[in-house]
Formats: sequence, C-alpha cells, structure tokens
Amino acid sequence: MAETQHIVRSYSQELQQLRDLITEMGGLVESQVALAAEALATGDADIAARAVEQDPAVDELQRDAEQFIIRLLALRQPVAADLRQIVAALKIIGGLERIGDYAKNVAKRSMLLAQSTLPMSLSGLAHMARLVQESLKMVIDAFGEGDAAKATQVWQSDQAVDDLYNTIFRELITYMMEDPRNITACTHLLFVAKNLERIGDHSTNIAETIHYAVTGNSLPDARPKGSTTSSYNLVRPARDEAAGGED
Amino acid sequence: MSGARTAAASSAGMRRRRRVTNLAGLGFAALATLFGLFFLFWILGATLVNGFAALGPRLFTEMTPPPGAQGGLLNALYGSTLMIVVGTAVGTPVGVMAGTWLAEYGGARPLAGATRFLNDILLSAPSIVIGLFVYEVVVSSTGHFSGWAGAVALALILLPIIVRTSDETLRLIPTALREATLALGAPRWRMIASVLWPAARTGISTGILLAIARISGETAPLLFTALNNQFWTWNPANPMANVPVVIFQYALSPYETWHDLAWAGALIMTLVVLIVSVGARYALSGRRRKT
Amino acid sequence: MSGTVRQSTEGTRGIAGRVTRPQAAPVPVRVSIRHLSFFYGARQALKDITLDLPDRRVTGLIGPSGCGKSTLLRVLNRMYDLYPGQRATGEVLMDGENLLDNDVDLNLLRSRVGMVFQKPTPFPMSVYDNIAFGVKLHEKLSRAAMDERVEWSLTRAALWDEVKDRLHASAAGLSGGQQQRLCIARTIAVKPEVVLLDEPTSALDPISTLRVEELIDELKRDFTIAVVTHNMQQAARVADQVAFFYLGELIECGPAAQMFTAPREKRTQDYITGRFG
Repeated sequence: MAETQHIVRSYSQELQQLRDLITEMGGLVESQVALAAEALATGDADIAARAVEQDPAVDELQRDAEQFIIRLLALRQPVAADLRQIVAALKIIGGLERIGDYAKNVAKRSMLLAQSTLPMSLSGLAHMARLVQESLKMVIDAFGEGDAAKATQVWQSDQAVDDLYNTIFRELITYMMEDPRNITACTHLLFVAKNLERIGDHSTNIAETIHYAVTGNSLPDARPKGSTTSSYNLVRPARDEAAGGED
Repeated sequence: MSGARTAAASSAGMRRRRRVTNLAGLGFAALATLFGLFFLFWILGATLVNGFAALGPRLFTEMTPPPGAQGGLLNALYGSTLMIVVGTAVGTPVGVMAGTWLAEYGGARPLAGATRFLNDILLSAPSIVIGLFVYEVVVSSTGHFSGWAGAVALALILLPIIVRTSDETLRLIPTALREATLALGAPRWRMIASVLWPAARTGISTGILLAIARISGETAPLLFTALNNQFWTWNPANPMANVPVVIFQYALSPYETWHDLAWAGALIMTLVVLIVSVGARYALSGRRRKT
Repeated sequence: MSGTVRQSTEGTRGIAGRVTRPQAAPVPVRVSIRHLSFFYGARQALKDITLDLPDRRVTGLIGPSGCGKSTLLRVLNRMYDLYPGQRATGEVLMDGENLLDNDVDLNLLRSRVGMVFQKPTPFPMSVYDNIAFGVKLHEKLSRAAMDERVEWSLTRAALWDEVKDRLHASAAGLSGGQQQRLCIARTIAVKPEVVLLDEPTSALDPISTLRVEELIDELKRDFTIAVVTHNMQQAARVADQVAFFYLGELIECGPAAQMFTAPREKRTQDYITGRFG
C-alpha cells in the first residue's frame, strides 16, 4: 500500500491507525478461531468459554472501526489507493466480525459435543480447522503488508477447504445413515463443518478485497470452488462456478 | 446542396471583406506612425545639421559670447541645471505628499475631489500664465528677476504632474497590501512610508522623470522670472542664464555665431528630453522585470 | 458558559473516540463572540452571532458567498475600522476585554490577532525584512535575537529550508505558495495568540494548498486559528470545529466529524451536500 507519507501528516497517521485497528481486530479473531479449534479437539469447556467471551470485544472493535472509517470518508475525501484501502477496510471488518461469530458458534457447539460420545474421530475437522486458521493468518498478514500475492494465494487455497468440507459432509451422512443414535452428534458436527467452511469463504472474500485494494484489479469471478453438495449444484453444475457458492 | 454552397460563398465573401478591412486598418496605422517618426527625425536632423558648427568641447566650457564672438553655453547649462534641480527638489516632496494624501486619506471626501480637479487645471494651465503669476508674486516683490523665481515657476509646472502620478500609482496598489500591513499592527503612517512608497517607487520615479523632462524645455515661464544673464553667476538671487531663453534670444538675433549656438542649445535640450524620457521608460520596464 | 466549551469534544466513545480526540476534557475558550451584528452602512451583514473560538483549535467558517464569514473575521482584528460607514455592535471578548470598545489599542490588538489574506502580499523588501517588519513594530530585538526570530518563524511556516540561502533577496521572487507561507511566517513572527486565515489557499495550486493545510495542523499547537474557506472539503480536512453561516446568520456550529457526517440542521446538510448555495 502507499508507503510515502501524505503531505498532511495527520492523514497518514489516521490511515496507519486504521490499519492498526484492523490488525488488532484480526488478531482477536485469530485467537477466537484458535480457541474454538482447540475446544473442539479437546472438549475443554473453559477454552470454549474464552472463545465466546472474546466476541463482544470484536463486535465493539468493528463498530468503532466503522465510525472511524465514516469519519475518514467525510473529512478526508480519499481518492485512488487511499479510497480503495478505506473501503476495503470497511468490508474487511464486516468479514472479520462474521468470522468471529462463526468461531463463537463452533466453540458453543463444541461444548455441547463434549457431553456426548462421538462415533468418529475429529481429525478431519481438526485438519479443516488448521487449514482455515492458516488462511486467516495469511490473509491478515497480507493486509498488514499490502501483499497482493499472498492474498491471491489465500484465494486459491479455499479449494482445499471446500474439498475437505465435501468429504466430511459425506462421511457424516454415512454415519447418520448407519446409526440413528448418531444423528444429534453428527448434526452438530455438520454445523461445525459448515461454520469452518464459511470462515474459509470469508477469508477468501477478504483476500479478494485486499487484492482489489492493493492493485485496483479484481480477481477473476470464477473463484476456485469445490463445493459440490448443494442441490442447485446437482441440477446445473456448470453454472455454479460463476455463482460463487451456495448458502 | 445549393444552400450550403451559397452559405459557403457568403462566408468566404465575409472573410475577404474582413481581411481587406484589416489590411486597411494596419495600413493607416503604419502611415500615421511613419508620419510621426518622419517629423521626429526631421527635427533631430535639422538641429544636428544646423548646430553642428557650434558643437565641440567649447560648448561646455565657455560662456555665452558677445555678438560675433565664439563661445559656449556654460552659464546657460549651469543655470538651467540649477533651476531644474531646485524646482524638482521643491516640487517633488510637495507633490508626493499631496498625491499620498489624495490616495490614502482623501477617499470620498469633497476636498479630495476638489483637489484633484484643481490639480488637473493647474496641469493644463499655459506655462506662460504660471510665469506671469510667479513674476507678480516673486519678481515684483523682490524687485528683480532671479534664479529662485525661475525655480519656483518650474516647481509649479512640475507639481501637478507629480501629484497626479503619485495619486494614480498609489491607487493602483491593491488594498490587500495595505490591509496586510495594518493587520500586523502598523500605524497608518508607517504603512505608507515603509510599504506603500517602496511599492510605488517605480511609478513615482517615472512620474518625476517625466516631469523633469517636461520642465527641461519650458521657456515661457523663465522669460518672466529668471530672464537671462550674459555672464556667469553662482547666486540664484540674480537673473540666471538658461538654455531655453538663450535659444529664444539668439535665434531672433542677426548674428551667425549666435544662430549656431541656438541650434546647438536646441539639440542639447532635445537630446536631454529624449534621454530622460527613454531612460524613464527603460527604468520602469527594467524594474518590473526585476520584481 | 464562557469559560469552557463543550462543542469541540467528540461525542463518540470507544476507539474512534480515543483515536480522534485524545482528551475528552472541555477546551478553554480563547475568543468569545457575543451577539455580534455588523453593518455596511444600512445593510446588515451579520445578525446576532454568538460563537466561541476554542483555544488552540482550528475553527472553520463555511458558507456561500456573501454569507458574512469574511466579515466576521475582519471584525476580530477591527480591520473594518479603516472604512467609514462600517460598524459593529455586540461583544467580542478576549481575556475578558471587549475588542470592540473604542479605547482598545488597535495596533496592540493586531499584534495579538494576526491575519493572513487570500492573495499573498509580500512587502517590497527582502524576505528577512518582511518578517522583521512586524516584529520591529512591537518589540526591540538585538540583531541576533531578530535573526533567531526570523529563523523560528520561517521554520514554523515550513519555509526555512527553501529561503535560508536567499534571506536578503527580494520576497517578490518567491513562488505563490512560498509567498503565502511567507505571509504566514510574517504573521506568526509577532507571536500572536489568534491567527485568522481568510481563504488562505484559494490562490494556490493543490500541492501548495496541502502544504499550508499541514502547516495549519502544526500551528494549532501554539495558536488559536480561524479559517474562512469556501472549499468545504478543506474545512473538513483542517478544522476541529466548523461553523456554517448563511445570509449573515450562524446556522450551526459543531465538531467537524459531526458536521460532515450528521449535521443537525437541514440547511447545513443541503449546503454541504451541494443541494444549494
């Protein structure tokens, strides 16, 4: 992003403050996701509770950052790269806030799951959680460094997460068909998998936004999508590429 | 189709007419210029040719001679110079101050309007009238012609020019400069002395130079005031020789040597006026380029 | 309510509040305008204006042409005294003293309230003398002290580096942006308390404009500043508090962030968004 100082120093300082705000928010959300993943793997209720408790702070950061952004737009009349950066920031904080909410949901469900025995290992979900955390970290780094190449990498890596989601989906369906007593646990796990997949999607969105903010060009519409489980997709597989995901 | 063609034809006709009018105008302007230049060069040429015989170092070292003898114009040049200098020294401060008052303090006051009006009248008053006035006031009361009287007469001719120039130059200075000075806490007089006068110095100097050029050539007032003097005198309380009156006197005389001196004097006067005027213009443009 | 003013504190809590207004404490008032009315002959140009200028903040005055904002500025340093037929009623209080009183020493007042005009007006002197002129009017400084003062003002005006090798050359040789910064340096050299800027950048190119805006940002650490501008975006960038004038009346005054995101008056909103004026 623009490294030379603006002639009016306070403007440069405010842009830096915005970046710092978002980095702070990103850090909080990263830790939320990490805690949720750990809670899922270990079943520890305290860890899950911590993940949930961090959510209000994330929401408050998002509100404050939004106010700050509106003030920046009103008072500084940004153009070109500055404008892209600021509008990108607006979209990113929305995405981060949603990721935080999904992490919170995963943590809550993990508390429920801990109380019942599970028929299968959670290694698939654990792997998915790891992938998603890596994407999130990389995308936040990409934002801080203004690195469009890193953002593109994240954008491309969503494919792996989607493939993993499809696998887990089919696996869970199989378990549910095998034994009806598994349905409760597997349904929770389905939601957990979906939340993790959505976290991956939001990271990808953020990556697209970062790419546009840094270069001024959008990434191609055809995002690598691997999700083949929607009914819409079954009817018209070819079209789904451009639609950018179900939900 | 034919409509377009006639439209094109009429516009072509209009263009031709315009070109003809343009050329005609340019032609007349050129002719007028040539007309003026012709006489200028003729005068310069005539004075040069006719005064040539008297030109030489003697012109500047010897005094006006008795009839028939050779001589120079030393006392006349001295007298003219002295009276011009004194006249300028007297008239300039008064003129600049009056002009400053008009521009800075006059405003919409009736006194300012009246002053400007009277100044314009004085500006265009016949110089012989001024000479008569000074005769009455100075020469009659002192009992004799003198260089002082001549200087006073010249000052009176110089004065309205300088008042006018100072007034107009100062009024041209943007108000913002005045306000900027006052906004620093400067008293009015300080603003005028430290900022306005320096800002106006080019215009005012030009006015002074042009006024000097004007009075260098004035003859009529000097006839009644300084008169003339055959001999040398340092003291301006006596009648003083001066170039215009010498020319007047010598030109009307029957002596050849005096004629030559008259032409030489005319040449000197013309050249002085020319140099001062051109110099003023050059100084103005030079200063402007510097600022 | 003349001691402090609430109007320049940010109302938002949280990080945005923390980021934009480091202190939430009320700011003291430097100049207090009370029920000011101004007349050009029979025509009333300002109608019952009550406005506070907070200490060491920038107050922006905006409004369409002829709304009275420049007139207000010129009341603050009694510039209108030059012209007969112009008169002001009401009070302008600075340090308890009413500046509109007849017995106020105008030259002293103008050393405390300086003004920079729209068109750069360098005096026909050297750069050094331009700065020294104002100082000499009010203080007696030794040569060394004067040199120091000149350097200080030129440095604060972000002009020192550009002119330090030509201090004794004519000021008229500087570019427009430099001349305007020279005028600002000249004004702050007398160490006023309040600096009034009347459309200071309307005659300048965009980069010079930004330089002057950065300068205003820095100057407000030491001086109370009032800026008249018909460029609303400039008021948004530069001012802490913005006052909107229309037809001689003060319509609204508030923190810049609030004025430009959610003004209270419809007329303010219409003017700012370009729907009239």
